[in-house]
Amino acid sequence: MKLIREFTKGITIDNPTFGLVLGLCPTLAVSTSVVNAVGMGLAATFVLLGSNTIISSLRRFIPERIRLPAFIVIIATFVTISEMILKAYFPALDKALGIFVPLIVVNCIILARAEAFASKNPVLPSVFDALGMGAGFTLALTSIAFIRELLGSGSIAGLITLKRFEPVTMFILAPGALLTLGLLIGLTNLLRIRKGKLALKKGGCCK
Amino acid sequence: MPDKLIVDVSPHIHSHESTPRAMWVVFLALVPSAIAGVIIFGLPALKIIAVSVLSCVLAEAVIQKLTHKKITVSDGSAALTGILLAFNLPSGVPLWIPVAGGIFAIAIVKQAFGGLGLNIFNPALAARAFLMASWPKYMTSFSRPFAGVDAVTAATPLDMLKEGKAQDLAQLGLSYWDMFLGKRGGSLGEICILALLLGALYLLWRGYIWWQTPISYVFTVGLLSWVFGTEGFLKGDFLFSILSGGLILGAFYMATDYVTTPLTKKGQLVFGLGCGLITFVIRRFGGYPEGVCYSILIMNAFVPLIDRHIRPRIYGLKK
Repeated sequence: MKLIREFTKGITIDNPTFGLVLGLCPTLAVSTSVVNAVGMGLAATFVLLGSNTIISSLRRFIPERIRLPAFIVIIATFVTISEMILKAYFPALDKALGIFVPLIVVNCIILARAEAFASKNPVLPSVFDALGMGAGFTLALTSIAFIRELLGSGSIAGLITLKRFEPVTMFILAPGALLTLGLLIGLTNLLRIRKGKLALKKGGCCK
Repeated sequence: MPDKLIVDVSPHIHSHESTPRAMWVVFLALVPSAIAGVIIFGLPALKIIAVSVLSCVLAEAVIQKLTHKKITVSDGSAALTGILLAFNLPSGVPLWIPVAGGIFAIAIVKQAFGGLGLNIFNPALAARAFLMASWPKYMTSFSRPFAGVDAVTAATPLDMLKEGKAQDLAQLGLSYWDMFLGKRGGSLGEICILALLLGALYLLWRGYIWWQTPISYVFTVGLLSWVFGTEGFLKGDFLFSILSGGLILGAFYMATDYVTTPLTKKGQLVFGLGCGLITFVIRRFGGYPEGVCYSILIMNAFVPLIDRHIRPRIYGLKK
């Protein structure tokens, strides 16, 4: 039961993108199409799963004072593996994601989960935490990408291209990414307020 | 708005002015320019103005209905945004462009931030920037003045300068008088300087806008264009830089928006100066021929900073 909660929290209340607002750099950069978003999400999930598992099993062995360099080395190993896999089997996707695959090393979701969860918890919960966070990240990225691709290039997940629709180019550009992300964060907050999980701060301007 | 207490700069003198009254007076001051736009560009201009105003007002009403707020369409702020947005569009755009722009202006730029008085950016200008980024091919094809119903496109004078096709007014085949009356390519509400100034003078005379922002804005652009002229030091064309583009429209009607500009008059001077500097830099060195829209949007973001540093002396305190 507790393990399932470790998994679902990454998708709902502690969603890395809409709840914790972490890892925004790849979120904004690669969410121009659903294919890129799913690819990025899966690559990050793979790295997260690997790093959480190893860090959690080595948590008594890694000295406190050099834990960050140790985490980075472990994360970088898995990033290199995922980069090689992408280059070997999905060259087109690798080209589309570009610099953002190596940059998974410094993705704060992964380091945050290592620091906040994997280094303090046993292996099994850490695995579920990684899977949940990865799924939450992938879902968030895909939902942003779906909206941006639909409005910005007039196609649905790269499969159907809308006819008689003049694409809103801005949604493919950087302002469209920030706008979509902001509106989706607002929407998730609204849903959480409705469910009573988030308190709405009443009152005027913050002084 | 959550609180009824209006916090403003002292002294607090009560008058019978109200927000709706100010909004509708500014709207009326824009009517001469709208008429000029319709005379110059014909019926399409009228359609765009009507569609733009309607879509802004409808968007405001629908969102306020959906969010269970009081519907405040009659205060004129949405209609004002609509007419200003239409003034920023070329007269040949398809009619869904003002609809998309109006919805963006009201839904995203204004209501998402809390509605009238709480928006950071000027809704009409932000919508123009959105349309420019999304459909540049429609937003940059300007109709030739007095061309009638045939859509003949013409480059704006600033376009010609940017592309190096002309150096001065003579090469453009224009006189200052043409520029003043609006016989040039451009957005439908920015070109007739005479009509814009008529409305602006009325607003200045009745105290609905103050001279600080427009004058500092216009003179900064003019002086910088004169001093750092394209043909050499102190050889720029002061009058041309003022009469071209959307400078007069922007300086008198958009940079004086009550919500998105500084509260104090000294702050407004700084605001105008900053707008002028950015406009000149974009026109002269940037990729776009015109920078009025972006300069005002950028300076909108600086308003809290300006208001924080330029505070009026509290009455009774010595310096």
